[in-house]
This record gives sequence, C-alpha cells and structure tokens, in this order.
Amino acid sequence: MTDTTQKAAVEVIPAAPVPAPPTRRTRVRRGLTPWLFLIVPLALLITFTYAPIANMIAYSFTDWDGVSPELHSTGVENYREVFTRPDLFEVFWVSGYYLAASVVQIVLALYFATILSFNVRFRNFFKGVLFFPYLINGVAIGFVFLYFFQDGGTLDSVLSLFGVKTDHAWLGTPVSANTSLAGVSVWRYLGLNFVLFLGAIQSIPGELYEAAELDGANRWHQFRHIIAPGIKPVLTLTVILSISGSLSVFEIPYIMTGGATGTETFVIQTVNLAFRFNKTGLASAAAIVLLLIILLVTWVQRRLVPDDKVDLV
Amino acid sequence: MNRRTALAMAVGAALLIPGCTGTGGSSKGADAKAPDDPSKVTGTIKVLTVRTDLVQDGTLKKYAAEFSKTYPKVKVEFEGITDYEAEVKIRMNTENYGDVLLIPAVIKKSDYPRFFASLGTQEERAKKYRFTDFTAVDGKVYGQSPVAVSPGFVYNKRIWKEAGVTEWPTTPAEFLADLKAIKAKTDAIPYYTNFSAGWTLSQWTQVDGAVTCDPKATDKLAQGDPWAKGADLRVGDQLLYDIVHEGLIEKDPTTSNWEESKPRTAKGEIATQWLGTWAIVQFQDAAKKAGVNPDDIGFMPFPAQTGGKFCATIAPDYNQAVNVHSPHKEAARAWIDWFTDKSGYVEDNLALSPLKDAPLPSVLKPYEDQGVKFIELDDAQGAKVKQIDNESEVGLYAPEYRQKLVDLARGARKGSLDDFLADLSKRWTDARKNLGS
Repeated sequence: MTDTTQKAAVEVIPAAPVPAPPTRRTRVRRGLTPWLFLIVPLALLITFTYAPIANMIAYSFTDWDGVSPELHSTGVENYREVFTRPDLFEVFWVSGYYLAASVVQIVLALYFATILSFNVRFRNFFKGVLFFPYLINGVAIGFVFLYFFQDGGTLDSVLSLFGVKTDHAWLGTPVSANTSLAGVSVWRYLGLNFVLFLGAIQSIPGELYEAAELDGANRWHQFRHIIAPGIKPVLTLTVILSISGSLSVFEIPYIMTGGATGTETFVIQTVNLAFRFNKTGLASAAAIVLLLIILLVTWVQRRLVPDDKVDLV
Repeated sequence: MNRRTALAMAVGAALLIPGCTGTGGSSKGADAKAPDDPSKVTGTIKVLTVRTDLVQDGTLKKYAAEFSKTYPKVKVEFEGITDYEAEVKIRMNTENYGDVLLIPAVIKKSDYPRFFASLGTQEERAKKYRFTDFTAVDGKVYGQSPVAVSPGFVYNKRIWKEAGVTEWPTTPAEFLADLKAIKAKTDAIPYYTNFSAGWTLSQWTQVDGAVTCDPKATDKLAQGDPWAKGADLRVGDQLLYDIVHEGLIEKDPTTSNWEESKPRTAKGEIATQWLGTWAIVQFQDAAKKAGVNPDDIGFMPFPAQTGGKFCATIAPDYNQAVNVHSPHKEAARAWIDWFTDKSGYVEDNLALSPLKDAPLPSVLKPYEDQGVKFIELDDAQGAKVKQIDNESEVGLYAPEYRQKLVDLARGARKGSLDDFLADLSKRWTDARKNLGS
C-alpha cells in the first residue's frame, strides 16, 4: 500500500504544477483510520478483560489477602501450592457430571434443531419454548429450581400426578445432587446450543434436501450426509464450549447448594479461597491454572479436529 | 517482526506491568473525637449496615429522625448491604466506604488504624463499655458494637412442654433424650439445621466457652487443639453430629429455608434451633404475623453445667467504626455514640447492652431465675485465631465444615466423625505451627 501511494505521488509531480500532496500526512491518516474505529472496543476490551487478567497474574505471585494495603511477593509459591495440593484438584470429578450432561445436551439440541428446521406444525412456538430458558437470569434459575427440588416441591408433585411416589431428597446425596444440578444446567443451556445448530442447519441450501429426496434418501440419510457434515464447525465449537463450560461451572451449584454435599466445583473452591479464607494470591493462582487448563484442552481439541472448510455444493 | 507481532508484544508488555492494587491506605491514624456542642456538628454521613430489613421498613429512618433532634445539622443516610463481608471488603480498597461502617471480619486487627478513626483510649472507654478489647490496637479503640449477643437455643416452649420436658437439659445426652421425646410425642421437627442457609450452621462455633465456662476460650483456640477430647468445639460438634445421626432433624436439610423456619418454629412445627439472643425478636415477630402466641418462643443455654450452673458467653455483635477517610468524623462519631447509648436499639431488639450498667432484657428473665452465669470472652487472641483459621482453611466462621459434618452424620458422606475431627485438628495445629505460635 505504501509503495503505490509513493509511486503515484512521484508520477503526479511533473504533470501538475500544484505542490505535491502531503504524502506523509495522508499516509498517517490512512493508517490511523481503522484504529480510530477500534479505539472504543479496544479500550473496553483492555479495561475489562486484559487489565484485570494482568492484575490477577500479578496478584498470583503475592500473598495478598484482598484488602490489606500490605502485600509481599512470594514468587511461584502459590503455584507450587496449587500443584502440590491434590485436594484442590479433586473437585474436578464434579465436572464429570456436567460433561456427561453436555453430551445429553448436545444430542438433544441437535435432535430438536434438525426436526424444527423442517416444516413442522407450531414450529416457531417450539423454537421459542426451547430457547426461552436461556434468556432467564442464572440466579433466578437457581432459586426457581431450589423450590423445584424441595421435599414435596414441584418435581415431587408432578411425579405424584403420574402415580410415582418418590420420597427422595433430590439434593440429598452427592450423586443425586450433582445429577440434579447438571440437569438444571442442561435445561438452561439447551436453548443456546439449539439456536446455534438451527442457524447452521438453515444456512444449508434447501435444494440439497430436494435432490437428496429425489435420490430416495430418508430423513436419517439426510441428517447423516447433509446436515451433520454441514454444521461441523458449529458442532466442534459447541463441544469446545461445553467442555470449558463443564470445567468452570459456577452459578447454578453456588446458588443452589453453595457447594455443599459434594457439589463443590473448582470455581466455587477458588471463590471460597479468595473470599472465605482471604487467600487472594492463592485463589488468583488457581484461577490462572484453570485458565491454562481450558486453553490447553481447547488446543488439544483443535489439533484432534482441525478446522476444515465445509464444502457441500 | 511484522506489525501484528509488534503490536501484540507492546500490548502484552503494557499488561504485564503489575497493575496497581488500588490500596490507598497510606494514611495512618486519625481520631474521631466526640463533638462538644451537638448544634455545631454538620455534614451528611452514610451509614453502612447489614440490617437491610430495617432499611426497607423505615425503622432506621426513625432512628435518624430521633438523632437529628439532638444533632440538627447532621443528615444520616443508610445503605443496607446483603452480602456485607464480600462487598465491603472490595469497597475498602478505595477510600469510599461510607462514613460509619461495621468492621468486616476480614480486616486484620493491626490494620484497623489504617482504615478506621480511633474512638478514644481503651482505658477511658472501658469505664463505660464492655468488650473494648475486641477492637483495641495499641491502647486505642476503633469500634463500638451497639448490641451484645449470647448464643443459645431458640425453642418453642409449648412443644417442649407437650413432650413432657419442663427443665432445661443439663448435659448433651439429656438434650438428645429430650429431642427424642419431642420426636416421639409431638409432630414437630425436633431440631432444624437450616443447612442450606449455611451461616446458621457456623453459629455452632459460638458454643466455644459455654461448655467449660472459660472466659479464655478464645486463647485456647489459638494455643490448643479445638477438637481435643472435652474441648468446647468438640462437645458442640459431637452434639450436632448426634442430633443429625439420630434423625432428629428436618427430612431434607439441603432444601431447608431460613425465612420459612421462623414462622414454623413459632407455630410449633419446629421445636429447636441453635442461634443467638438476636434471633428472639425476629421469631416473636414471625409469631405475631402468623397469629400465634409470641410468648411461646423460649431461649435456653447450651446443655452443659460447670459447678452446677449454666454458662452463657456474651460477645459484641458487629462493631461500628468511623471511616478514617471520612470528612465528617465528628458527625460519624456522634452517630455511633448516640446509637449505642441513647437510640433504644438495644431495647427494640431485646438484646444485651454493651453498656456496663445496663440491665438484662426481659426475655432473659429465665436466665436470671436459673442463675445462668454470663461470661465475657477475652479477645486478646482473637486476631490470631482468625489468622490460623484462614491459614488452615478450616473455616470456623464459615458454613462448609459443619455442612460436611451434617452430611457425614446423615450418611451422605463417607467416613467417621473421629477421622473427620482428627483431620480438622491436624490442619489447625499444622497451620498454628506454620504461623509460629
């Protein structure tokens, strides 16, 4: 770009008697224009994403308690502690429940997205129904489901309508509590996955289905050979989001059980370290470690499933 | 190096410069003097409080109106904070944390002079007030609690009577037997854990001192093993474990509901809860709202006797302090003094007064009749206990460890109580040694 402007300027001079345009200024201005547009988003991004992270990295090398004006550098001591305390990593087993739940979630979302992308009666109504939970605030969901799982609450009364008399404390044992919480998480995020899939499916040109039908393909064949490969990038993205989401579950268990009865997740544990025991330095280190784990998992996934271009037509 | 890499590196380098921590606590020491002439004090002061209920129903405004009769030029505003500890902790990284606030538990005692203005010397204040050592640093006092509290069981007298219990139990075993009688003879839930609220369980730490009737119980936490055989906390935790283990609690503790538990106790659906004197007035209100007799709400001490007498500890509630950065320190000080001495807040809450010469509230009449001995816990080692607590991540004042205890007792968690308490002991004593005491 720079070369062409210069060349143009040089050629212009002998032809026209007017003084040469201030090439340097134009160049600077042209260079600056895109940055002018970027100032606001970049400022927001740096202020609210990168600066806090930088701050947190700085804290992770100190023994700060979160409020005292005094803080001392402790080097990598916090990281050493994070990695030498197995009890800090035990909580990752809880993520297994959410991981299993996200498999269910993706399959369900895919199923509904496929069905509703064809002509079905009350199609838009069902789309709304499925997406609606995602619009509700996570805190509200936590409280609603506390009543839902209560002894004699919504779930028990609905079950008794069908003649099933349960005398089950849904949040009473670690297995049951984690399954219930993971169920809530499926209920909540199904809508998001569903909408992502639906969007991807609808971007597949309609003639393909027609052609496939002429060739005698049934719905399953269409799904297997047109839809599934057609939405592959979105599918991989969803899987990545699900895995990182499962590792960093927070609000649903925090609000509903506060991490009691074996439902403590890594993030709840980090929050407790920072705010209950005032070990902000150690908690920052734990948060950084979680960030690195998620980056690593994503990287491995990208290596396993490379991001290839979809070409259906 | 192309342009993109250069930019990324520049941004990266800028970010790696450790950000400022924003702690502006360089100022050290200031006094909030009591004003000589009430009519000359001016300013608008903001008071931070945990009593969101009193902010909402206008009770605090009434106090403020009363206050301005004496101090006409001072305007008092209130800010109720639900998650007080966490929120105020973050705000205290700036200079803007109200003019009067409650001292959060996280603030190290040695840091008090950086954050709060002194209310006077301990020597002088101890003549009039109790508990001055709880907030004293180098002989100066930084906080004043408007009320004192004593832990104990809130219970429904009618239900206990229906179960045939008329005398307060004197040992944990008797207490357990009484709860069993309640289960057998009434429809009430003998004991309500309020497991999911969490903080209700951490109240059990207040057992400390009541079992052995030792004013130095806090020192013992700092120097000994809180879960040694016969130690206060061990006795308390054992009782909680037994209550849960014997099935004397609500059916599903994980979905228990604190607000709901108040009217239910008043109505007699719940027989007993371990709380504190501060709860009595709330339960009586719940009784009035539910249309049942508020006099059914009773209060009893921990079932342990020393020398044939019950012991009840008394300790200050949250201490009010003046922000060291406040421009209206005199007005703030005036509010604290007035609120403690003259507002009637103590009487309204049927609470114990921090004033040395104040009488006991009427609800504690049975305490007087039974000759319950009140002891003031010595807080000389309070800061140390908090330090060990944080270092060990045991959480004496947090719900997690007792939630685990309850889970253990009802079989939702594997293991034995002895192992569980031994693990706590080990973590506690290790942390103590690390901190060099």
